[in-house]
Amino acid sequence: MRKKLVMIGNGMAGVSFVEQLLKLNPQRYEIAIIGAEPHPNYNRIMLSSVLAGEAGIKDIILNDWDWYLDNGIALHAGQQAVSVDAEARIVTTDQGLALPYDELVFATGSLPFMPPLPGADKEGVIAFRDIKDCETMMETARTYRKAIVIGGGLLGIEAARGLINLGMEVSVVHIHSYLMERQLDATASRLLQAELEAQGMRFLLQKQSAAITGGDRVTGLAFQDGTHEETDLIVMAAGIRPNVGLAKDSGLGVNRGIIVDDFMACGIPGISAVGECVEHRGVVYGLVAPLYEQGAVLAKRLAGVETEGYHGSVLSTKLKVSGVNVFSAGSFVDEPGTKSLRVQDDLDGIYKKVVFANGKVIGAVLFGDTSDSSRLFSAIRSGKDFTGNEKEVLFGPSGGSGGGAGGKTVSTADLVAAMSGDEIVCGCNGVTKDTLVEAIAEKGCVSVGELKACTKASGGCGGCKPLVEAILATTLGADQVAVVKEGICGCTPLSRDEVVGAIRQMHLTTTKEVMHVLEWNNPEGCSKCRPALNYYLGMAFPEEHEDELESRFVNERNHANIQKDGTFSVVPRIYGGVTTPEDLKKIATVAEKYQVPLVKITGGQRIDLLGVKKEDLPGMWKDLDMPSGYAYGKALRTVKTCVGNTFCRFGTQDAIKMGVDLEKKFERLNTPHKVKLAVSGCPRNCAEATIKDLGVVAIDGGWEIYVAGNGGTRVRAADLLTKVKTEEEVLAWTGAYLQYYRETANYMERTSEWSIRIGLDTIKAALEKQEDRDALNARIDRTLDLMQDPWKQIIENDDLRNAFDALTAPVDTEAAAASASVSVPDGPAKP
Amino acid sequence: MNEMIIGHISEFPERAGRVVRLGDVELALFKLSDGSVRAVENRCPHKNGKLSEGIVCDHHVYCPLHDWKIDLHDGLVQAPDEGCVETFAARVDGSGNVVLQVPEGAGVRKVS
Ligand SMILES: Cc1cc2nc3c(=O)[nH]c(=O)nc-3n(C[C@H](O)[C@H](O)[C@H](O)COP(=O)(O)OP(=O)(O)OC[C@H]3O[C@@H](n4cnc5c(N)ncnc54)[C@H](O)[C@@H]3O)c2cc1C
Ligand code: SF4
Ligand code: FES
Repeated sequence: MRKKLVMIGNGMAGVSFVEQLLKLNPQRYEIAIIGAEPHPNYNRIMLSSVLAGEAGIKDIILNDWDWYLDNGIALHAGQQAVSVDAEARIVTTDQGLALPYDELVFATGSLPFMPPLPGADKEGVIAFRDIKDCETMMETARTYRKAIVIGGGLLGIEAARGLINLGMEVSVVHIHSYLMERQLDATASRLLQAELEAQGMRFLLQKQSAAITGGDRVTGLAFQDGTHEETDLIVMAAGIRPNVGLAKDSGLGVNRGIIVDDFMACGIPGISAVGECVEHRGVVYGLVAPLYEQGAVLAKRLAGVETEGYHGSVLSTKLKVSGVNVFSAGSFVDEPGTKSLRVQDDLDGIYKKVVFANGKVIGAVLFGDTSDSSRLFSAIRSGKDFTGNEKEVLFGPSGGSGGGAGGKTVSTADLVAAMSGDEIVCGCNGVTKDTLVEAIAEKGCVSVGELKACTKASGGCGGCKPLVEAILATTLGADQVAVVKEGICGCTPLSRDEVVGAIRQMHLTTTKEVMHVLEWNNPEGCSKCRPALNYYLGMAFPEEHEDELESRFVNERNHANIQKDGTFSVVPRIYGGVTTPEDLKKIATVAEKYQVPLVKITGGQRIDLLGVKKEDLPGMWKDLDMPSGYAYGKALRTVKTCVGNTFCRFGTQDAIKMGVDLEKKFERLNTPHKVKLAVSGCPRNCAEATIKDLGVVAIDGGWEIYVAGNGGTRVRAADLLTKVKTEEEVLAWTGAYLQYYRETANYMERTSEWSIRIGLDTIKAALEKQEDRDALNARIDRTLDLMQDPWKQIIENDDLRNAFDALTAPVDTEAAAASASVSVPDGPAKP
Repeated sequence: MNEMIIGHISEFPERAGRVVRLGDVELALFKLSDGSVRAVENRCPHKNGKLSEGIVCDHHVYCPLHDWKIDLHDGLVQAPDEGCVETFAARVDGSGNVVLQVPEGAGVRKVS
C-alpha cells in the first residue's frame, strides 16, 4: 500500500517539491494537497507582470487542474487546514475534511505584514500577495485615480509600477531614506529612484505612516509629521511574516519560522516543512531559488534518495520593472574587513559594485547594466580566491592589475562548466542546469525561445537569460551556435538585414519569391513575416512590388481599425487638425445615417466614428467623400498642431500651415511602424511635439526638429536633430529622416527604439550632407508619387467593394430549408 | 446533412476570409492558395475575434485580435494556446460554386 503524503499549502515551494518527488519516486505516495486559494498552482512572482499588463492570469498558471489529475494528486483547493493531530496523524480543514497522513509537509508560505495602523481595515487597503490582490488593484484602477504604496522595497516598487501602467497616480511611501535598502546601496538606490521618477513614480521618503483616513473606504493617509496625502487605494508592501500559526498550534518548534534541520524535518515524526514558512539555521528566505533548493532536498529524503542536505543559500535579486536593470547578490554592504571595487558612469547611468572579503567575492550590486550578473553570482557561490586579481572580476584580464601574471578571468564558459548539474539556473521556475542540457540534447532545443517553451527557464523575471544562453552555447558547441541565431520569425534563421540584403541583391519582388529563394521553413510564412516582407519589398522596389493585401494586417487591409467586438472605426482625415463647418456637418450626417454608436475626438485631433459594421465601411467612405484616416496603419498617422501665430499671442510661426503641409505631403506613406508628427508654434510646445516620432517646434526666426520621441507605453522625450530657418527645409529634413527610418528600421520598430538601437549620431551623420538628404528625398518622393487613395479604389472597384459584404444563404433555393435548420437553438456550448 | 450554395469561387479573394451568415450563425469562409475552401465558426475561442479578418498562411489562420493560430483543417488552436473552433465541410463544385455542408442540429452557438 502506498503511504499517504499530505501537504498544507499549494504554493510555489510546495508544489515544486511535489514535482521533484514525482520525478524521483512517482509510486511511493498517495498525495493530497490542501490549498486555501481557489486556484491551481501559479507563479506568484509573475503577479507583478500581470499587474504591469505583460501577462494574463492564465499565463502564470504553473500546473493546471489536469496536472493534478494526471499525477493522481487530490487537490483540495479553496480549503484551509485548521488543525493537525500529530498523534493520530490527521489533518482537518475548515470544511470538515479529515485527511490521515504518514508524511505531512507544511508549505504555508507567508502572510503579508500589515502595519497596525488605525483604519487599516477600511475598504481599499490591501496587500500584494495573491491573485485576489492583483484583481482588486486592476478593478480599482478602473474607477479610481490615486494610489499609495507603503513600502519601497522590491515588492512595493513592482506594485507601484503596475499601478502606473494601470493608469493610476502612484506615490510610494518609504520609512528609510532610500529605496530597496535591503537589496541596494545608497548610490544604486538613488539612481533607481531617479529612473523611476522619470517613469512617473512619486516618492515620499523617511515618512512614518500614522493613520488611514476615510469612511468605509480609504480616502487618505496621515503621517506622523502631521502631513496628509489623499488616496483612493493603499497597497501595503511593508514586508512578510512566515505563516506559522497552524504549525505553532500543532506543537512544532517555531521561532520566526517553523524550525527545520538540514533535511527539512521539524522534530516531530512524519512532519516536514518547506518554503517561506521555514526557518533554517536562523534564516528565513523570501525568494524562490533557495526554496526550490530546500524542496529538492526534502524530495530526495522523502523519496528515499540519499542527499547531503540543505546548507543555506546565497541570495540574489532582480527588480522586474521594465526599463530598469537592477541586480544584487550576497553581502554588498561595506564592512570592516571588506574592500569594494566600484564603477560609476553617470553618463550612461551605470553603476557596479563588487565586494571582496579576503580575496573572495562576497556580494555585488549592478545598476543599469546587469550583463555581468550571472558571472558575479557564480563567483560568489564558488568561493574562489581572487587575491591579487580582484580587478579581473569586473574588467577582465586586460584591466586587471596582475598584468597577465597568470590570473584567469571567469569566462562564461568556465562558469557553466563549473556548475553542478542540479544547480538551479532559473530561480523563478526552478529549472536546473541538467534539465536545460537534457532539453538541448534530447528535445532538440536550439534557441532560448525554445528552451523557454520546453522548460519554462527564463520565463519568469528573465534574470537568468544570459546564463541560459551560455548553457545553450556551451552545450551545443561553438560551431552549432550559429544555428542558434534567431531570425525575423520562426520561419527563417535570417535576420532583417540579411533578408533585406537578399531582396535588394537578388531583386526579389514578391513574398512568395523571397520565401522560396531564402528557403523559408513554412511554405506561406506566418503572421509575423508576411506583413514584414510585404513592407520591405514595397520599400525596396516601390514601383515593381505589388502590394499584397492578403499579407497586411486587418486594419490596413480594410483601411479601418478593428475593435475588440469585430466592428471597425472610421476616422476622416482632418489635415493638421483643422476642419470646416461643412465637413463637420457632413461627418455628423454620415454618423447619423449609419447609426454610429460612438463619436469621439481622438488624441490626435481627429473625429473617430466607432462601432461601424464592416459592410457599412465602403458606403460611409463614399458618403463622407474624404480620405478616412490611416488612424490605424503602419503609416503616417496624424500631424498634431497648435494654433501658432495665426491666433496665439505667443506664436512665432505658422504652426497650422506647417502641420497641414507636412500631412498633405506624407499622408499614405507606409512606414515600419506607426509614425506621428506634431508642430508647435513656439517653445511652449502646446502640440506636445517632443514626444512624437518627429516634432517641429517654432523658434524666433526658425524651427527646431526633434526626433524619436514616443508617448506610448515607454514614454521617451525626443532628441534635437537640427535647427533650420525655412519651411522648405523642415519638409526636406522630415522627408530625409522618414526615408532613412523606412530604409533601416526593423518592421514593427518605432522610431524611438530604432534610434536607440542605431544611435542618434548615426542618424545625424546620415542626414548631415545636403546631397545625402536630397537622395533620400528623391527616393521618398518616388514612393509618395505612387500612393493612391485606397478608399476611392474600393468605392470604384466592385470586386474590392463586394469583399466587404457578408454572404448569406440564398432564400429561394432548397437551402432555405437548410438555413432554417442551421439556426439551431442555443445548443450546448462546446467544451 | 444539408448542402447549400453560398456563392461562386470568384467572389473569394485569394488567401482571405469572407463572412457567411446563416440565420443567427456566422461562419468564416477561406479560400486557400491551393484553391480549396475551408469554413469555420467566425469566432476565436480566445476573445471572440473575427477569424474572417485574419492572415491566412497555408491552412492556418491567425486571429486578428491577439494572433492565436488556428488550423483550418480541424479547427484546433495551435500551441502554446489551446482550444478549438467548429469546422464545417465546404467544397467547390464543378461549375465553381462554393457548397457548404451543415449538419442538421449542429451545435453552433448563436452569434450575439
Ligand atoms: C508580487 C510578488 C512578487 C515576487 N517576486 C519575486 C521575485 O521576483 N523573485 C523571487 O525569488 N521571489 C519573488 N516573490 C516571492 C515568492 O513568490 C515566494 O518566495 C514564494 O512564492 C514562496 O513559496 P511558498 O510555497 O513558500 O509560499 P506561497 O507561494 O505563498 O504558497 C503558500 C500557499 O499556502 C497556502 N496556505 C497557507 N496556509 C494554509 C492553510 N492553513 N491551509 C491551506 N493552504 C494554506 C496559501 O494560500 C498559499 O497559496 C514574489 C512574491 C510576490 C507576492
Ligand atoms: S505652442 Fe506657443 S504658439 Fe502654439 S499655442 Fe502654445 S503658446 Fe501658442
Ligand atoms: S480573440 Fe482571437 S486571439 Fe484573442
